[in-house]
Amino acid sequence: MKRAFPILAVLTALLLGYATYQALVVAPTERTMGDVQRIFYYHVPSAWTAFLLFFVNFLASLQYLATANPSAKRVINWVVIAIAVVGAVAPYIPQVQKQLPEGLYPSSVATTAVMIAVLYFLVGKFFIERSLDVLAVTAAEVGVIFCSIVLVTGPLWARPVWGIWWTWDLRLTLTLVLWLIYVSYLVLRRFSDSAQTPKLAAVLAIFGALDVPLVYFSIWFFRTQHPQPVIGGGGSIDPRMLHILLMNWLAFSCFAFLVCWLRYRLEIMQRDLHEAQALEALLGDGLPPSSARTGSPINRTPSGTGTA
Amino acid sequence: MSSPRSITVATLAKDIRLEWRSRDAINSMLFFSLLVVVIFSFSFDPNAEESREIAGGLIWVAFLFAAVVALNQTWARELRNQVLDAYRVSPAPASALFVAKALGNFLLVSLLEALMAPLFMIFYNLRVLGPAWQLIPVAILGTWALVVNGTFFAAMSLRTRSREIMLPLLLFPISIPAVQSMVEATRIILAGDASARFWIVLLLTYDVVFTTACLALFETILQAE
Repeated sequence: MKRAFPILAVLTALLLGYATYQALVVAPTERTMGDVQRIFYYHVPSAWTAFLLFFVNFLASLQYLATANPSAKRVINWVVIAIAVVGAVAPYIPQVQKQLPEGLYPSSVATTAVMIAVLYFLVGKFFIERSLDVLAVTAAEVGVIFCSIVLVTGPLWARPVWGIWWTWDLRLTLTLVLWLIYVSYLVLRRFSDSAQTPKLAAVLAIFGALDVPLVYFSIWFFRTQHPQPVIGGGGSIDPRMLHILLMNWLAFSCFAFLVCWLRYRLEIMQRDLHEAQALEALLGDGLPPSSARTGSPINRTPSGTGTA
Repeated sequence: MSSPRSITVATLAKDIRLEWRSRDAINSMLFFSLLVVVIFSFSFDPNAEESREIAGGLIWVAFLFAAVVALNQTWARELRNQVLDAYRVSPAPASALFVAKALGNFLLVSLLEALMAPLFMIFYNLRVLGPAWQLIPVAILGTWALVVNGTFFAAMSLRTRSREIMLPLLLFPISIPAVQSMVEATRIILAGDASARFWIVLLLTYDVVFTTACLALFETILQAE
């Protein structure tokens, strides 16, 4: 596992370089917006990565709270399975199909629903108790970074194209509110130093996830009353542009994965160190020199309880 | 013998009696929101016609800030003499305690609103052009939306450093849709130019979702020590 890291790092660097070259040189120049449109190849992949990481944070928090309560866990498991089944079948029913927004295929809705369930069970299978919490911190931190990139690159593009830095449009506002919620999540983690921080943070993550649909509806209604500039045309995209966008997304995902991996290992090591120090303090100075090997858990863990 | 309801009633009665004797929270909230209203009226010309447009926002922001003052005191009071530890070891259901605390805060903030709203109307020369009775459900649902999450997050921030500042940091981001609903509903009713139905329904949904979540997760928060 440890050896895989440098290999992945080199691959990611190559992929990022290639994707950047594609975005800056190969990609066709947009007819009306010109070169500024190229920011799109960084903006959109960052947004997708950030939302994916926030979702991972939610799943990890849910699993973390569920492990403390087996009966609740059973209920949540069945709810997730129900969501997957309903989400996979419902889009193909003609009445429901008519409700879908234009351009959204039933198959993509079904795939998303199934992927949600698969991701939920994968997180539950490969991470247990403490590592679930570490996963949640990692995902939230890296997610906030990518979300910040989105919020910075967005206005840079909007200024020349729309003529304004910011508008209270649906997607912009939703991204900003998500960012605020996750920053408050990180602030809570920073200010809370009891052993129960993981539990409090997990509860806050659940509240944040419950809030997102409500924010969506409030802004959606607000926006329909006040027409705003339309994002990105909504029409078709040049297949070459789409190809480069997906290539950039792959590169960004690899990069995010790499950073998450590093952060995850760091957090595990930090916690082991704290535990070892606490143990040392507890046992006191009366230890015989031979058993003063409290440092050993530090050396053991990176490969032991590291990424599964 | 003691049903969840009797526990709720007993805790609520105790809190009301405490507040009645000291009047700490209500006095500081009243004075605080009065200050906010006065400072707002210096910042935005209250005589201008545009004031009507933003009055809904001003009044709710004033109440939101004032509510935080009360919410911070909710649980801090129980830390003295280890009352909270007694709650933890008692067999009483945590949700009964939570409902009592949330109701206590609700009454307190409602009282504040009842006293401050007329003053606000006078200062800003407001006339309600829409159906005025709709302001009542907006006020009730909006206050509950602030108070239910506020009580929950106040319990959560008990165990953090500098908890007084922690509460708004946790509460405000989550409350954004609720605040937007209250402000928009109030603005629409004051201006009387459309129906506020969507915002009232959204506020109701917010209340139902978060009341359920608070009741389900409060046990976890209370026992987290």
